[in-house]
Amino acid sequence: MSTSTDMVSVSTDEAPGAGRRSSVLKAAGLLVLAIIVIAFPKVYSNPSVTNYGVFALIYVTVASAWNIFSGNTGYISLGMAVFYGSGAYALGAAASAWHFTGTSAFALLPFAAVVGAIIAVPFGLIALRVRRHTFIVITIAVFFIFQLMAFNLSFTHGTIGMNAPFISWPSSGYNTPFYYIALAIAAGTIAIAWLIRRSRFGLQLRAIRDDEDRARGLGVRTMRVKLSAFVISGAIAAMIGSVWFLYIGQVQPNTGFDPLFDLTIVLMAFLGGYGSIAGTVLGALIVEPATLWLNTQPQFSGGYLSEILLGGVFLIVVLFMPRGIIPTGGEWITRLRSRGRPAVIPATTIGGPKATGSVSATSIGSGSPGGAR
Amino acid sequence: MTALLRTDGIKKAYGGVQALNGASIAVDEGTVAGLIGPNGSGKTTLFNVITGYDRADEGQVWFGDTVITNAKPDKVFATGIGRTFQLTRIFPRLTVIENMLIAAQARDKPKNLLSWFGKDAWTHHRRHATDLLEFVGIERHAHLLAGSLSYGQRKLLELAYVLVADPAVVLLDEPAGGVNPTLVNHIADRIRQLNAEQGKTFLVVEHNMEFVMGLCSTITVLESGATVVSGPPNIVRTDQRVLDAYLGADIDEEEDPR
Repeated sequence: MSTSTDMVSVSTDEAPGAGRRSSVLKAAGLLVLAIIVIAFPKVYSNPSVTNYGVFALIYVTVASAWNIFSGNTGYISLGMAVFYGSGAYALGAAASAWHFTGTSAFALLPFAAVVGAIIAVPFGLIALRVRRHTFIVITIAVFFIFQLMAFNLSFTHGTIGMNAPFISWPSSGYNTPFYYIALAIAAGTIAIAWLIRRSRFGLQLRAIRDDEDRARGLGVRTMRVKLSAFVISGAIAAMIGSVWFLYIGQVQPNTGFDPLFDLTIVLMAFLGGYGSIAGTVLGALIVEPATLWLNTQPQFSGGYLSEILLGGVFLIVVLFMPRGIIPTGGEWITRLRSRGRPAVIPATTIGGPKATGSVSATSIGSGSPGGAR
Repeated sequence: MTALLRTDGIKKAYGGVQALNGASIAVDEGTVAGLIGPNGSGKTTLFNVITGYDRADEGQVWFGDTVITNAKPDKVFATGIGRTFQLTRIFPRLTVIENMLIAAQARDKPKNLLSWFGKDAWTHHRRHATDLLEFVGIERHAHLLAGSLSYGQRKLLELAYVLVADPAVVLLDEPAGGVNPTLVNHIADRIRQLNAEQGKTFLVVEHNMEFVMGLCSTITVLESGATVVSGPPNIVRTDQRVLDAYLGADIDEEEDPR
């Protein structure tokens, strides 16, 4: 009864029903989540609370954009601030040059995204020629080039920076529209990340992560594929950077191009689960509000301690939970569920080819032809 | 009859080491050809040059009537030359079926941007991929991560995913290396079956002489990067130069610092 072949057929027969049940659960969970995030500023209308919401959503967007490129390809970029700051400066410069005042400045959000995409092309063409550590170093170098440009170019106004177009909303309701704009962009980014994950584009990205040369040898146009993901990620970061700029009303070289920005994003991704869409979102939802809260506590004297804490958390995560909350948690759940029976179908060796062939052919036939993941 | 795959006087040096020194080989359409030679004789280097993983210093690679010398790996694959590696190179964190799909979609030309995000185009690939996994005998592992497969299973997966794009020539780098005798026979049977039923062309590098002699209709012998002799197995087996270069001189070659 309990031979390994029985295990195979049982588990494949179970799969479709379990899959349907879990997808219904997932849909219900998403619906509840959507209601919570939409109702949040209605329930907690206090501006100091909605401020947390806006910042959390901004970082959910940036971290998810980072994940589209770095999470899928394995190229760790520390250059997201290049796009974030450029988006802010691009919107500021465009608004003052073309006289977009007040709320009409929101019409420039797509322009910021285009600027991010345009910057990402030469940036990617240079940086993506190299891999691993060299790639990381190049992204950092490009980051400092952009910060120096912001300090020194005439239109960026040096250390003074730029002011955003003044938006004359009453302070009690100022945060709420920003919350919904950030929410829409965050949701859109997560949707794009999910579409990419299940597409052939996403599969090519993950093949590059595993063995780039081999992927190339199998006909994947690696440069084009990597660059596309890099451009998508950069455009999103620039767009949300311009939202952040409008929200806080100003940008300086050291806030738009903040060296801690990229470390925070990487921490978010590693804490939640590197490469996992939900993990990255979760990481951003934990880290950003925590940082904000620490920064507002008087006993932590102006935020220095919060940065030290951030570094400490980063160390702990990398050392003890390198795969992050979501993958590790998923493993625990699988282990709990499969207690008493083998967690995976035993990968037996190829014995008599004929015999195994016929048995597994029937079990495959009865199983679902469904997705690989 | 012109050969489907041909190399002419390929030379390739790594620093001071002349890995290839005028290697010439011709593989006729519909045959299983063998490539043998002592360790360090340049077999894998020749594969790398043909498939675009290394550049040739001199010489030419022909695919039918086209020169494909130093084409990039993706171009070579799209032309119709698939290969496996001596140490298998699969995508460990993709599932077995995803490994297959990567290779299957290589020659697709997406009609528009949306088709990159669609799943429909994959349906027929998925069927073909599953059939091939069944053919090599690992279809029951289709949804496991490829990294969890055993060494022999990885060899089979690599064979299957090279076949899924339906290349005109398949280059196999030691398909029987490091796998158990049952599996060696299994792999040889599969190659024979593909050759007999579909007329698929193979070029096989292998140290297992029994495997090569039983499988190949033509065998080319490389020594020190140059072609020594080429012909049917019974001729090659008795050629004095081959006996000197390969079968008799294994011990010397082992000491040769490559």
